[in-house]
Amino acid sequence: MANLKIDGIAVEIADGSTILQAAQAAGINVPTLCYHPDQSVKANCRICVCEVEGQRLLQAACSTPVAGGMVVKTNSAKVLKARRLILKLILAHHPQDCLNCTRNKNCELQTLAEEYGIRDNPFELKLKGYAEDNSTRAVVRDQDKCIVCRRCVETCSVVQTVNALCVEDRGSDIMVAPVLGKSLAETACILCGQCIHACPVGAIHENEQIDEFLAAVADPDKIVVTQIAPAVRVAIGEEVGLATGEMPMGKFVAGLKHIGIDYVLHTNFTADLTILEEGNELLRRVKEGGKLPMFTSCSPGWINFCETFFPDLLDNLSTCKSPQQMFGALVKTYWAEKMKVDPSKIYSVSIMPCTAKKGEAARPEMSDSGFRDVDLVLTTREVGRLFRMSGIDFDKIQPGEFDPWMGKYTGAAVIFGATGGVMEAALRTVYEVVTGETLADVNFTAVRGMDGIKEATVNLAGLEVRVAVGHSLGNARKLMDQVRAGESPYHFIEIMCCPGGCIGGGGQPITKCNAKRAERIGGIYVEDEQCPIRKSHENPEVKQIYEDFLHEPLGHKSHQLLHTHYAPKNKSIL
Amino acid sequence: MPQELRIVLRNVDKIDALKIDDYIDANGYKPLEKARSMPQADLIQEIRQSGLRGRGGAGFNTGQKLAFTYSAAGDQKYIVCNADEGEPGTYKDRVIMQSDPHAVIEGMAICGYAVGATKGYIYCRGEYPYVAEILNAAIAQAKEKDVLGEFDVEVCLGAGAFVCGEETALIESIEGKRGEPRCKPPYPPVSGLWGKPTVVANVETLANLPQIVDRGSGWFAAIGAAGYPGTKVLTLTGDVVNRKYIEVPTNTTIKEVIYEFGGGIAGGRKFQAVQIGGNSGGIIPESLLGTQIAFDAMAAVGATLGSGAVFVMDETRDLRDVVCRMAKFFEHESCGKCIPCREGTMRMFDLCEKVGQGKGTAADLALLQEIGETMAVACFCGLGQAAPTPVLTAIKHFDLLAGKGCA
Ligand SMILES: Cc1cc2nc3c(=O)[nH]c(=O)nc-3n(C[C@H](O)[C@H](O)[C@H](O)COP(=O)(O)O)c2cc1C
Ligand code: SF4
Ligand code: SF4
Ligand code: SF4
Ligand code: FES
Repeated sequence: MANLKIDGIAVEIADGSTILQAAQAAGINVPTLCYHPDQSVKANCRICVCEVEGQRLLQAACSTPVAGGMVVKTNSAKVLKARRLILKLILAHHPQDCLNCTRNKNCELQTLAEEYGIRDNPFELKLKGYAEDNSTRAVVRDQDKCIVCRRCVETCSVVQTVNALCVEDRGSDIMVAPVLGKSLAETACILCGQCIHACPVGAIHENEQIDEFLAAVADPDKIVVTQIAPAVRVAIGEEVGLATGEMPMGKFVAGLKHIGIDYVLHTNFTADLTILEEGNELLRRVKEGGKLPMFTSCSPGWINFCETFFPDLLDNLSTCKSPQQMFGALVKTYWAEKMKVDPSKIYSVSIMPCTAKKGEAARPEMSDSGFRDVDLVLTTREVGRLFRMSGIDFDKIQPGEFDPWMGKYTGAAVIFGATGGVMEAALRTVYEVVTGETLADVNFTAVRGMDGIKEATVNLAGLEVRVAVGHSLGNARKLMDQVRAGESPYHFIEIMCCPGGCIGGGGQPITKCNAKRAERIGGIYVEDEQCPIRKSHENPEVKQIYEDFLHEPLGHKSHQLLHTHYAPKNKSIL
Repeated sequence: MPQELRIVLRNVDKIDALKIDDYIDANGYKPLEKARSMPQADLIQEIRQSGLRGRGGAGFNTGQKLAFTYSAAGDQKYIVCNADEGEPGTYKDRVIMQSDPHAVIEGMAICGYAVGATKGYIYCRGEYPYVAEILNAAIAQAKEKDVLGEFDVEVCLGAGAFVCGEETALIESIEGKRGEPRCKPPYPPVSGLWGKPTVVANVETLANLPQIVDRGSGWFAAIGAAGYPGTKVLTLTGDVVNRKYIEVPTNTTIKEVIYEFGGGIAGGRKFQAVQIGGNSGGIIPESLLGTQIAFDAMAAVGATLGSGAVFVMDETRDLRDVVCRMAKFFEHESCGKCIPCREGTMRMFDLCEKVGQGKGTAADLALLQEIGETMAVACFCGLGQAAPTPVLTAIKHFDLLAGKGCA
């Protein structure tokens, strides 16, 4: 332990801690920009500099280890002068665009400019003048706003091991950009949008499609039908001033109707359906000697990754479409039939925690209903904006209800939103189907939580099934390398592209740290506990669709509407 | 009349650099043998007691650096010779390597034995390919003669960025990464090249070691200024009569350097200013010419010894042009990693240009000073911290708005 003084406050803290951590322990907030709680220290913005007695140079709080007897001043005149100048230097080379920016009121740079009272700037405004990169359907880069903190680079290369972004050029020309001078679409970018969360400013954001949405609800010829992904409810409250997890489902539904959506259904319905299709696919592969381990296929960033980096293992992917795309295919067939509406009039909007879903919905093959299965994907953040735009007071609004046929769900679908959830949901169903027994305890806690790779072995009537769960593509890569080397001991592997699973998806409210992800995961399991039904095969609407329409898992209709195949991406850049 | 004292340049013009036998006849590689007959800790202690401090600019005690590396745990350790020599006006390391490459290699081998490193790298400035050839030839000869024993040396050619002279950026560059400094701590003696304990030392520092081992720490410690003993190789450029390199004891004054060794100002013109240590050095007025060319003495007057470049300016130079050129150098050489340096060097250059065009105002100078003072304490590495030095010292000692001959 080291004892030191920060602004006169005595602090005792573990050796190896930084001044920043010590200041936080003392209740003092030191400003940061390049610092990210889950990343390596970069120390390149220098906004966190502090005075340390006996040192001529100011010391970066984020990178300087504490020492016994250290005397630190975090807000001396010298410190404030340096920080304010650094802010002015940044702002004079940055678009004065807060009013038009996706990060207005949620920007680390803007916040500091306000906190440090930056009013007039002695430096002439210079802009870098880069064009916006909107080459992908999901992620837009606004290079002019980049402050080159490199947080996105670390996320892309270390967390996701995709390496689409790099640091280019030097001095004041330095930039973070897609590799080799390419557009983002030409790189290996898998559209996960994790760089958006990493970014302290508005230099990366989702491809915002609010205008398309407003046009659709204003169009009297369109029946706007929406699905809500499992991970959205737990986070949407953060967009409208509620705590994580604190949006009751009924109010969420009412809010969506208020912004003009005609029918509100739930992706959870197709999540439950996925369990029946995928669970049966797994059993068939085990019995008939199919390709194992089988990987889940609900996470489109993961699919892009597999197509790009592991094209040789595509046969290990489950053929199940993601719940979003199953929903899309069914809403314009089964649901249209049930509701007796013209499927050509249905405008299918999905509300997703995910940026990669925007890319998935646009895949040419995703039109098995005879139409574009999903017309528009809005992220949680975009729906947050729509809610704020429409002025709803969620304290006062009366709860609404899901519309029929594809709105019922179980706790097993709810947990799709968290890493390990698909696996747990599958185990709940597969166990009962194979053994014919009722599970004494539906909670498979071994596959829950933020550990990068989790494993479990389950005994299914004498068959030892070994499963693994990985979230973030760095962990996926480890599991895949094992498979490629022929050393994977598993039968079934769940992969989610984003850290923490979909609750940490690229379209969620800006999530700076894994602690926030863990908090959302907590909310997911609370919701699961509260569900009267917690096993997918007991969902009454799922039973109904098999009776009335699909007839059996992996049957002809399922094959036509709910399953697909993926192809190698052959990116020349790799 | 003060005299040169040649320790690291002792073999210049006396031996053929490409003949190892010449070097050996001049007592070469015997110090290495002697070093190897000593226990490592004793050898390190001897070097520490000599008081030798780094000649690359930072002035750290070399024996201390060896001691840290010696006691750091590591299955592999490295000796890296910093031969990046990027400061404009500096060519002392080139002279040493061209005229006596074995002295540098022997110095590295002594360090290798001291800390338990069997591999060395010479990071040679990219603009010196002919020096790299000499070094490679010398290494081949040393291997053939088997004088290095276990110790292996390899030459890496730099890629041209000034920042790669900074020891951690240099390490990144050898590793094949972007040449950018690393966070310190950990310092290279604990975690350097490929994360292993590493000694990074300047060419001149290393070339001193065989002599120190041979003649003893007491001999060395008695030469020159007490806190920074030994000699310093200086390169004289600008408006002096003798533009040449010299090696003098560190208690020599700037005045002696310019007037005794340099022969005074060329063309009978008057002295205006001198800058020591390359572009990162301070611009020194006449009133400070009594300062000794030793690390602490220079620091005490707000200047640096740096690389030992001595750039003399006569009364006809417009200091505004001089600082503008330097500001441009740093704007170009900033690696861009940290905000105060990449933005600050760019703004300082803009303002210096304005001042240089005679359009500067007192407010511009005040802003220059504000940027400079912040960069000096807030930048990530020595490049950005030193970049404002010429501008800040010029503002302090001269009237930049008045321009030419403004002392
Ligand atoms: C921007 C910058 C450039 C540097 N360039 C050199 C150089 O060219 N040669 C050198 O020996 N040291 C250079 N240094 C100093 C090195 O970081 C390091 O202190 C030195 O190599 C250590 O060797 P020494 O102890 O023998 O001086 C530079 C430092 C900075 C910050
Ligand atoms: S990134 Fe931040 S500071 Fe820049 S325009 Fe957007 S909100 Fe404003
Ligand atoms: S895009 Fe954002 S996260 Fe990436 S370097 Fe720029 S400012 Fe940082
Ligand atoms: S001070 Fe900063 S930008 Fe300048 S060279 Fe050093 S790390 Fe790079
Ligand atoms: S937060 Fe410490 S340097 Fe950026």
